[in-house]
Amino acid sequence: MPSSVSHRHLRLRADLPLDSGQVLPRPVIAYETLGTLNEAKSNAVLICHALTGDQYVASTHPLTGKPGWWTRMVGPGKPIDSERHFIICSNVVGGCMGSEGPASAHPEDGQPWGLRFPVITIADMVRAQAALLDGLGIGTLLAVVGGSMGGMQALQWAASFQERIRSVVAIASAARHSAQNIAFHEVGRQAIMADPKWKGGAYAAGGGPAKGLSVARMAAHITYLSEEGLTAKFGRQLQDRTGKSFGFDADFQVESYLRHQGMSFVDRFDANSYLYITRAMDYFDLADPFEGLLAPAFASCKARFCVISFDSDWLYPTVESKRIVRALVAAGRHASFVELSSPFGHDAFLLDPPGLNGVVDGFLKAVEQDGFHAAKGQGR
Amino acid sequence: MNGLPVRLQQVARQIPDHSSVLDVGCSDGTLLAWLRDNKSVDGRGIELDAARVAAAVTRGLSVVQGDAIHDLAAFPDQSVDFAVLSEALQAMDAPAKVLQELVRIGRRAVIAFPNFGYWRVRKNLLLAGRMPVTPSLPTSWYETENIHLCTIDDFRALAAELGLRIECEAYLAGEKPISAWPNLMADHALFVLSR
Repeated sequence: MPSSVSHRHLRLRADLPLDSGQVLPRPVIAYETLGTLNEAKSNAVLICHALTGDQYVASTHPLTGKPGWWTRMVGPGKPIDSERHFIICSNVVGGCMGSEGPASAHPEDGQPWGLRFPVITIADMVRAQAALLDGLGIGTLLAVVGGSMGGMQALQWAASFQERIRSVVAIASAARHSAQNIAFHEVGRQAIMADPKWKGGAYAAGGGPAKGLSVARMAAHITYLSEEGLTAKFGRQLQDRTGKSFGFDADFQVESYLRHQGMSFVDRFDANSYLYITRAMDYFDLADPFEGLLAPAFASCKARFCVISFDSDWLYPTVESKRIVRALVAAGRHASFVELSSPFGHDAFLLDPPGLNGVVDGFLKAVEQDGFHAAKGQGR
Repeated sequence: MNGLPVRLQQVARQIPDHSSVLDVGCSDGTLLAWLRDNKSVDGRGIELDAARVAAAVTRGLSVVQGDAIHDLAAFPDQSVDFAVLSEALQAMDAPAKVLQELVRIGRRAVIAFPNFGYWRVRKNLLLAGRMPVTPSLPTSWYETENIHLCTIDDFRALAAELGLRIECEAYLAGEKPISAWPNLMADHALFVLSR
């Protein structure tokens, strides 16, 4: 479990009010930036990370030593360009990479928050990001960009802080969690809570429910891939052996791969954070305040939207993106939408599927040149 | 109108500066990009083919992937000045329904299509007894996406049946604008309709 590494961070100047009605006293938000804020402060791009992502979007991860998780999209000369944009990515509130979360010290007794940490929502994450931007002196964002849960945050920005954003890019995402999405998350949470080392969330740092968290990750990881992708990569190939063991070792390569995914995950992620963040995603439904209608959520947002889905993504399938797009169109917004082709399932957004970078690049450049469209498209 | 194909030029002439446009079946956004760059048009597009949508969005256009039956329904009534349908009416599953959608969404609809009453088409059928292949209709019957071809007079009759007002008409024979005997002499027609 991460603890000793220090992350760039800011303690918010005010307490953070939460959707639950509770208040988080002056939480710490960890963040990374790339590039330089221009004089007009008009080139800031906020990147929102996915469930198990973090702020190390395009810089080396201090725990794993790996390059950032979105170097195909973010960096010098990339669509989100550190030579042109000021790029901010923060660890979500409730996370475990330096932002205030269940593994952080409770302000009163210095012990980990554990389950005393209030349940947070996607809107709470966005509220914390807005407060971070206040602290960094950034008013308006050129773009809010995210994939998966990051896309949910980007869409939430359009509903919560519409006056502060010029564009939204939501990739492989949804405006609500489906029954199937919630069901998979519940499997993960139950795996964690069934591990005796979870101890009702009150485990000591470094002694958490590694087995349970590992199983949660394994189950979730399957949902990020496609059957086609798994078959292409592993098929029924055996792992380092010539025949079946007639036992329960990882005979198959796919088993070995999943076990590795699970085990390496526990080195960088906190089990309680996993409970809180999956809960936040399950609670997410942008249409909830509007009796199930999505268009009103975008009614007063002046931003341009770019929505992208992948044909092999069954976790957040195209039909969910199309639902967002219909709502945007009905609300009179400027929207772009394309379903790109990739065999890699939900994870496609982290890879480099044909068309993705070109679409994001063209979209962002149009927003930068724009002004006209965003202003004139209003009130129709 | 440099760089714009003649038929799209004909459409572009109908669109005043600073108006708002929805281009249905906008392909890679050639018309929308031209209108944006030359007439400061506030444009949107809808296109079925993913690669064409990606190309249009890469050009900085607001284009959504979708079809003219299911996905037009979300656009609000009278929300743009012009709803454009260029070279696509004849490939629609339900042309009459699409026309009604166009005049619902746009204060005016601009529809451009190949004229099946053109004399070369008639000659092909009459003399050769074969389905016509012309510059306007370049593919064979078994390959074409065109499932609802019509003549100019057919189109006028449909507009009347739907109670639509014809605001303006323009005709091309090849690259040349013409006005006499269009149903026979024009291979291509443009209509501006309103409710």
